[in-house]
Amino acid sequence: MRIELERVCARHPAARPGAPPALRDIDLDLAHGGHLAVIGPSGAGKTTLLQVAACALAPASGTLRLGGVEPWRLSRRALQRLRGGLFLAPQVPPLPPRQRAVTAVLAGRLPAMGLFTSLRSLVYPLDIPAAHDALDRFDLADKLFERVDRVSGGERQRIGLARALLAPASLWLVDEPLSALDPTRAREALSVLVETARERGVTLLVSLHDVEAALANFPRIVGLREGRVAFDVPAAEVTKERLERLYAGAERELHGPAPVAMEPPAAPAPAIVQCR
Amino acid sequence: MGAVASSADLRRRDPAWLGRLFWAGAACVLLAPLFVATEFRPWELLEERSLQATGRFAGAMLPPDLAGGFLLRVARESWRTVAMATAGVSLAFLAAAPLTFVSTRVLSISALAGRMAILPFALRLLARWLLILLRSVPELVWALVFVRVVGLGPTAGVLAIALTYTGMLGKVYGEILESGESHAAQSLLRNGSSRLQAFFYALLPQNAAELISYTVFRWECAIRSSVVLGYVGAGGLGQMIDDSTKSLEGGQITTLLLVFVALVALSDRVSAWLRRVLG
Repeated sequence: MRIELERVCARHPAARPGAPPALRDIDLDLAHGGHLAVIGPSGAGKTTLLQVAACALAPASGTLRLGGVEPWRLSRRALQRLRGGLFLAPQVPPLPPRQRAVTAVLAGRLPAMGLFTSLRSLVYPLDIPAAHDALDRFDLADKLFERVDRVSGGERQRIGLARALLAPASLWLVDEPLSALDPTRAREALSVLVETARERGVTLLVSLHDVEAALANFPRIVGLREGRVAFDVPAAEVTKERLERLYAGAERELHGPAPVAMEPPAAPAPAIVQCR
Repeated sequence: MGAVASSADLRRRDPAWLGRLFWAGAACVLLAPLFVATEFRPWELLEERSLQATGRFAGAMLPPDLAGGFLLRVARESWRTVAMATAGVSLAFLAAAPLTFVSTRVLSISALAGRMAILPFALRLLARWLLILLRSVPELVWALVFVRVVGLGPTAGVLAIALTYTGMLGKVYGEILESGESHAAQSLLRNGSSRLQAFFYALLPQNAAELISYTVFRWECAIRSSVVLGYVGAGGLGQMIDDSTKSLEGGQITTLLLVFVALVALSDRVSAWLRRVLG
């Protein structure tokens, strides 16, 4: 699925009224089957960019086109169908506690399943081999029937990525897929994502903290700073000077590991109890 | 010199003190009329006449009545009470689940990006109003209505519990779902799942323990409210307590109260067990 952004500005719904928009005048064109990594210091707007591209956030101005269609002109039903054709993997894996890995991974296929089929799959997982294969790609085959709240943070993140392999999507938008992984696992996970995307002809847009991983795996790099595109060049043209300008004032992020804490989801607040 | 000492004094004094004193006084002034209006005179409990009445009543309650025939009736009526509470809560659950589903904002697809669309918003509002209406009428009033309609007996109690508890379950289910973590459900919706799919694959596993624990607690409440409903002729243990009170059988009342304690303790155990199994 081709992504086109024309002069897109976007602000977070929760942002203060006077705050500058998170994205300013973004122009981006990623062809069908293209791969692209977005880098930049924290707060540059990487997550917002992915959310806009995933139709999770409507641009405040400018145009977004996915596969030649303007999603925000579609009816709500058609928009939801379009969302079923893309996969947005948030940075914190969206896994509810008590769910088993097999169910969490098969949930990626929900847009392609009817309600009855998806309920039957809760009673007995419908496609265990597919879930097994997806987890196996991320070296997690032994966690197939493990509960997602009983595995480590890195394993949770990889379960979240394995879900992408089952999604009926031709566009993957992956936000910081490596933030909870050690360097070896991170390399493996990223190459699984990139290779699978290439095999299937899936368009891949990934935001990364790890600049070296981005340069090693992606042909095209977009540098984002303060909501604007600082550069949009082939990986070979990302020079040291460009990176230093991009990360000016945040050099630690350029050299050190990603400063992201993976916190387990907070326990729900105690229920309000009222009785006579 | 004196100025220095007084500024040091000022620093040691709690600046919030005067405000607290004022609000405590204001609360007393506001509450006093309430005590007058409710004829709150606890010292009357300690007067000679009241003490004698209390002593007579307490004396009559001991020992508990454990006669075979009476216990058999207690067992039968306990069963009826449990059945009434269970049927009422089950009906309430069946009605509350779809209303919760309609009224939960977390499952709104249009609210994923910005404002909720008009029609779903109106539908949510309607569902919420219906829940408010259902729970603002106490089950006692519903029971009085249904005793007229379907006659004396547990059916009236079941219907009364079902209606009021639909409102309560629906409201609290909605609050549990909305106050919990919604990240997983929103991710599924953003990736094109339907509302029901997101509910079953994310929201339900996320909140199952709280929902079940609250439902069991409501079942316990239903057992206790069946006492009140018994007084208006809905049957069960409540009606027995009413009869025993009227015939001044203190021992029987004690037995019945002990059965209630046992039932509440039982529901406590069931709830703890369910939470452990699901935890």
